[in-house]
Amino acid sequence: MKALDDYALDGNAIGGLLIEVFGTEMTTATGTCGSCGTVSQVAELAVYRPGLGTVVRCRSCDAVLMTFVQVRGFTCVDLLGLASLT
Amino acid sequence: MAGTAVRGRLTWQTVTVGSVTDETPKVRTLALKVPDWPGHRVGQHVDVRLTADDGYQAERAYSIASAPGEPLAITVERLDDGEVSPYLTEELRPGDVLEVRGPIGGYFVWEPDFGGPLMLLAGGSGVVPLRAMLRYRALIGSSVPVRLLYSSRSWEDVIYRTELDSLSDGVEVIHALTRSQPPGWTGYARRVDQPMLSEVAWPAAQQPLAYVCGPTSFVEAVASGLVALGYPAGRVKTERFGATGQ
Repeated sequence: MKALDDYALDGNAIGGLLIEVFGTEMTTATGTCGSCGTVSQVAELAVYRPGLGTVVRCRSCDAVLMTFVQVRGFTCVDLLGLASLT
Repeated sequence: MAGTAVRGRLTWQTVTVGSVTDETPKVRTLALKVPDWPGHRVGQHVDVRLTADDGYQAERAYSIASAPGEPLAITVERLDDGEVSPYLTEELRPGDVLEVRGPIGGYFVWEPDFGGPLMLLAGGSGVVPLRAMLRYRALIGSSVPVRLLYSSRSWEDVIYRTELDSLSDGVEVIHALTRSQPPGWTGYARRVDQPMLSEVAWPAAQQPLAYVCGPTSFVEAVASGLVALGYPAGRVKTERFGATGQ
């Protein structure tokens, strides 16, 4: 697992966004990376928020696990990088 | 809107700023009057949203600085290139309103039955949720031993300095000043590194529980350092603020 740089936040930062999307507290949920199989709590994932949206990456292989883009009050969600989220 | 919100859903609430306290030249604590605050767990945060005249909105997460049972407060560090923090630390006055939603988060929280001793490690404004933990510990009369290793640029940048100075009764506060030190300083005068962690951190054999909060590079270095000292990764809780100029 490589060290994150200061551009990265972690999953704690998107707790509010995740409640908006899923309707419940998700930072303690467990996600499995669809690329390398690493299992992590959402709070421990790498989060990048460059302004247009939110990208969540695996800490081990850097694969994109989730993306969220807000357009006109709607949140578009892509979870295809996850094998599971429970 | 709060009255019609679905229970459990997160809704933006308009809150009124109560008192404003300068902690350091760049850091300010805002007490917030929330009409329907459901209460919070120590370590949680709120999202703050600002809306410009043209409708542009910016949102940021701020750790809750107060203990459960105390009035809601956040402590904000001004980032010179920030979109939100300059307004919160320079423009906002008591009586002004803000949009806030929360409480948020279930990972970086502390409950007294999680065991200990507690090893708290803060970089700059990363001390905010840890201060809430210390206040909560005192409020409920917990006797769990605590060490706080707190890295700041200079003595003037130490947030909650008077409050931390007054702590005793099982709480040790160890400062590291990375850029400048007052005359006669005998404490650490460098960034937190592995030798410092070895000297300060509770031995892993005591089954400590660690909370690490601060700029991402600080958290990365400290968390991996604690794991190298034998702390199980699951007993090292982390929260990263990104870059804060620390």
